[in-house]
Amino acid sequence: MSYDRELPAIDKTEFLPYSGRKQDPIQRPSANYWQQAFRKLKANFPALISLFIIIGLLLFTLIGDKIWRVDPYAQDLTQISSPPSFNKKALVIPDKIHYQPVYLSNLEDYTVKTSSTGMSIIGTPTTQFIAFKWQPVAGAKGYQIFRHEYLPHGIDDLGVPLGTNDSGDHVSYLDALRLEPIDYFYSVIPIFEEGQLNQYSTIKITAANAIALGDAVGLGIIPKHQKMHYLGKVINLPAHPLGTDYLGRDMLARLIEGGKTSLFIGLVAPLIFVFLGLLYGGISGFLGGKADEIMMRFVDFIIALPFLLFMILFKVAFGIGPGESGIFPMLVALILLSWPSVARLIRGQVLQLKEMPYIESSKLMGAGVFHLTLKHMLPNVTGLLLVTFTFAIPSAIFTEAFLSFIGMGVVPPTPSWGSLCNDGIQTLLTHPHELIFPALFISITVLAFNLLGDGLRDAFDVKTKGERP
Amino acid sequence: MNHSSAQNTLKKYPLLTYIAKRLVSGLIAIWFIATATFFGMHMIPGDPLSSEKQVSPQIRKNLEARYGLDKPLLTQYGIFLKNIIKGDFGISFTQENRKVNDIIREHFPISALLGLLALFFASLGGIGLGALAAFHKNQLSDHLIMIMVILVVSVPGFVFAALSQLGIMKVNDLLHSNFPIAGFDGITYLIVPAIVLGLGTLAYITRLMRSSLLDIESADYIRTAKAKGLSNGQIFVKHKLRNALLPVVTVLGPAIAGITTGGLVVEMVFAIPGLGKYFVEAVQQLDYTVIMGTTVFYGGFLVITVILVDIFYGWVDPRIQVVK
Repeated sequence: MSYDRELPAIDKTEFLPYSGRKQDPIQRPSANYWQQAFRKLKANFPALISLFIIIGLLLFTLIGDKIWRVDPYAQDLTQISSPPSFNKKALVIPDKIHYQPVYLSNLEDYTVKTSSTGMSIIGTPTTQFIAFKWQPVAGAKGYQIFRHEYLPHGIDDLGVPLGTNDSGDHVSYLDALRLEPIDYFYSVIPIFEEGQLNQYSTIKITAANAIALGDAVGLGIIPKHQKMHYLGKVINLPAHPLGTDYLGRDMLARLIEGGKTSLFIGLVAPLIFVFLGLLYGGISGFLGGKADEIMMRFVDFIIALPFLLFMILFKVAFGIGPGESGIFPMLVALILLSWPSVARLIRGQVLQLKEMPYIESSKLMGAGVFHLTLKHMLPNVTGLLLVTFTFAIPSAIFTEAFLSFIGMGVVPPTPSWGSLCNDGIQTLLTHPHELIFPALFISITVLAFNLLGDGLRDAFDVKTKGERP
Repeated sequence: MNHSSAQNTLKKYPLLTYIAKRLVSGLIAIWFIATATFFGMHMIPGDPLSSEKQVSPQIRKNLEARYGLDKPLLTQYGIFLKNIIKGDFGISFTQENRKVNDIIREHFPISALLGLLALFFASLGGIGLGALAAFHKNQLSDHLIMIMVILVVSVPGFVFAALSQLGIMKVNDLLHSNFPIAGFDGITYLIVPAIVLGLGTLAYITRLMRSSLLDIESADYIRTAKAKGLSNGQIFVKHKLRNALLPVVTVLGPAIAGITTGGLVVEMVFAIPGLGKYFVEAVQQLDYTVIMGTTVFYGGFLVITVILVDIFYGWVDPRIQVVK
């Protein structure tokens, strides 16, 4: 065994670095975990849009009330449940209604606009009151008055019974029951000794939007010192871009205020319970063995609790003192019931990480618990944490909305999107905007957070690392 | 000797061991639910008698004695547990002489019927839509279905409930028909509420069905089926659909839990006299016994359902090993 064969002569220059044409780099610019995640997120169009929507919603609730300076608690009983409007006008009328019932004896005192049915309007019909009179019917001992929003089909379809005149010669009626600036169809049925006959007459009256002088001054729409100047004039009412609720409160202002409650609970509760879950799950996973088993058994039990039932139970158990909004009990209940599922997730991740070779080598090099946790464990669960947090927000918002909806959430007058929905459902059939707007805000928020969560999950999922975006 | 033979018997029947283990942990879970309910209820400031009109101290004492409120907390807890084991949830505080057991017996069947209908709609609709979406992958119908799924998940259930009521109202106006809007008088009253209740689960099943169908796409047995010359339709029904259904079965457990609690809102909005509506009313009136009874009942129901569903998986799909 000898190396008798001559080695071929190798020139020194063969070992010089290649100086010819530069080759294309085989690798992409190296990007760390966060940069990669961010790049993938940027490529995800729905997630990106959602991120902007979320920023927009946060701005809406945080600085919205600096721009839309309307008091969300101010009631305006002249504009109850009014639909969205910008330039609503109203006729200013005197506070006192000058109206006397019309009897046969003083029939001629009134200027009448006679309609074909023998019924006639008295004065100007406004949303404050509508007065009308009719031709007396011979032999009638009284009259029954109805109101409808459509032309009645027949005597069975006259609408809301407003009242009865008990005397045959009392031939007028004043209606001031929740009038709106729309067309009304008033019908009168004469009542005879033997009951009512199939006989009625109907008049169509269009109510003009009106506001009493005192109300207009009280709401600050017209200056007090020259109020008489405005009497009988048409003025602009305050704009309500999203309408008003059943107490005449501005919906936009209430949505801004309600958003504060909803987003506060939606963000703060997950922030705390994700942190608690991280702590508990981290410790459990790190300790392992018997301690882990006992800690996780406890978690299993809490997860087995029927969530919404216990949400309600705890919410009630923590009680609400006078003058409190009920936000705090809800926060506590939400945190108490939600941390275990986060703990379970984190614990699973930590158990996996513990087996990683780099943890092993770090331990061999003498790393302490503190170093291991901070340098290796925490950075590796951050992605999971962020995704969990993002998905926890919509479910917290949903829970708040659910509780407030069944009347177990925030206490009036504090608004939240859920409690606004609860208010809105009462007037759904007549004024759907009171439910639709808060429901829309909840839905958009939840949708945005869900899409962002999907995007984050894809971005942080290490399995898809090799694929090009 | 005896002990080890018992162990051997258990080893022979791993499924029985598994069921026994699950039942024991289920019982502990129910005990935990009962305990949490009991102490949660007793944290509430005031007591069920404090809302009654002013009564003399003597009458109050008598009332407390009648309901056992004068005893120490732990004694009350003991009595509570003992009664639960006996299956006796006590007497309602607000409804004269009405047993909680009777309330559950009368109103739970309505909730259960509503839940079953909802589950039926959800699985049928979800499987159908999911299959449709997967079949037309990346076509318009697929996109539409997936958008619908995302939207459904983002809108609170009570909004759907309220809007569907409004919808029925409009339809009734338009067609001069008389579809029931609220209340309960026969199964027709439950159809729309059940659809509304099942929507969330429907969306979830649709998503799952679609992705599990697409996962199967590249499976060996599908290639074999194609090689055998089966038609697309045959492959879809006989091979894809049947295998894709399996993951869907796993959703049943959480779905039943979701539908049960979701029922609270739907029952409230549609004024269906189910147990959920009763529970909410009981909480509003601080009716201790009814709250505790229904919570423990619901908790126990859910725990047992989850165990049954788990055992069911193993039976449906032998590849899933419930027994370790």
